[in-house]
Amino acid sequence: MYSEKVMEHFSNPHNMGDIENADGVGTVGNAKCGDIMKISLKIENNIITDAKFKTFGCGAAIATSSMATDLIIGKTIDEALTLTNSAVVEALEGLPPAKVHCSVLAEEAVKAAISDYYKKNGIDKEIPDASCHCHGDSCGCGE
Amino acid sequence: MERFVYADNAATTPVSESVRRAMLPFFEDGWGNPSSLHRKGREAKAAIDNARSRVAAAIGAEAREVYFTSCGSEADNWAIKGAAYAARRKNPEKNHIITTVIEHPAVLETCRALEKDGFTVTYLPVNSDGLVSVDVLKDAITPATVIAAIMFANNEIGTIQPIKALADTAHEKGILFFTDAVQAVGAIDINVKDLGVDMLSMSGHKMHAPKGIGALYIRRGVVIDRLINGGGQERGQRAGTENVAYAVALAQAIEDAVASLDDMKRVQAMRDRLIDGLSAIPRSYVNGSRESRLPGNVNIAFEFIEGESLLLLLDMAGIAASTGSACSSASLEPSHVLLSIGLPVEKAHGSLRLTVSHDNTDEDIDYILEQVPKAVARLREMSPLTEF
Repeated sequence: MYSEKVMEHFSNPHNMGDIENADGVGTVGNAKCGDIMKISLKIENNIITDAKFKTFGCGAAIATSSMATDLIIGKTIDEALTLTNSAVVEALEGLPPAKVHCSVLAEEAVKAAISDYYKKNGIDKEIPDASCHCHGDSCGCGE
Repeated sequence: MERFVYADNAATTPVSESVRRAMLPFFEDGWGNPSSLHRKGREAKAAIDNARSRVAAAIGAEAREVYFTSCGSEADNWAIKGAAYAARRKNPEKNHIITTVIEHPAVLETCRALEKDGFTVTYLPVNSDGLVSVDVLKDAITPATVIAAIMFANNEIGTIQPIKALADTAHEKGILFFTDAVQAVGAIDINVKDLGVDMLSMSGHKMHAPKGIGALYIRRGVVIDRLINGGGQERGQRAGTENVAYAVALAQAIEDAVASLDDMKRVQAMRDRLIDGLSAIPRSYVNGSRESRLPGNVNIAFEFIEGESLLLLLDMAGIAASTGSACSSASLEPSHVLLSIGLPVEKAHGSLRLTVSHDNTDEDIDYILEQVPKAVARLREMSPLTEF
């Protein structure tokens, strides 16, 4: 049911772990719904120099976390804020419909981590809305 | 390496060599229609009569009390709908059905369909071991009640219900008692007369026959409506040209299963090694009764991880298992059975079901006991919840 790319990222996830003294940390999801994603960022001169994830969830949740962190490392904050869930799905060569919410969670986790960075640094900037709303609760999030 | 351990026998079982040998002649020479009067028909009729007698003997029934169906789900549908509609037609006040919250969807959805058609259904709760109480059943029975449908053994957590006591209670109050015994037949000794059940369903593919054959035991004297109308097959109760080859397969499978019930002690020992070994993992919870449990069933939840990920890792290690996690189901709802025994949703997500059979060996158990802790540890390392 999963693409080869998903299985590749699930079996050998990239950027798994925590960043000590991270510049921004975002945790989204809910244990009741079966997935929680935490993304930590290291940011230098407006550039994401490192990103790590920790995820409780299904194969797709782990693979989207791995892919989302891959996609934002080396990017500027503004570039990372344009990451959409569909870009994550595309990079993973597709997700089963029931698992698309995992990619939304990944997008939200990145935005939450950047929002945390803004808050810590007193930066008064708007975080764009997620391209699809899960409201931090993947239970209610469809496609 | 390429090791493969099949530990999902509650989902289905491979067709055994003995069953395959028994049924193959009916694809070659024995292809007749049992309703035909000529030689080919008579041969087929003799074969299906013989198969019916063997299935009946395996559960202590009379041959005329056994009806072949296309699967366990059909038998479940037929028993409940057949009893409900027959009773209501005779007496419109009879419109109540009792079942439990942990039934298989074949029973639950049948009851929901009957609700849409004007019946009321009481879903009995279970305790934390997954057991139904006789008193709770007694209290639920009203003058409108037609039937109680309570599963023999649960497909997810393996809990075996006190069927004789439940059936006795139903009869004291004058209602019918049906049990979905799809997981139990072949795994434990069953005698319908000793148990006193009115109807009992079974499925071939859970005991090494092919998918596509089941049976319903209907005690002599119990009259229910037909589910499938048509020709006069199955004593006029279930239309459709008989699947002779598969009926023979079911007969061989159930006979083999009963003959190897002694070996279930070995299966049970493997189960207990798995439960003891896996429950040594910190923050793990065994689901279902340890005493009143199917000999091959293990169901355990691991906190902080999600079942689908665990299944994928085990699959990569060559172990076939199952989970009650929401993420593995199309509905994204966690197992209704695990929630019914009081497991919080978070823990239900991390459940693992292993179901072993005669085909498994001690080496399989060693391998599972080596791989599951590794996979759990790996996922916990990834989990943001592991702060313990």
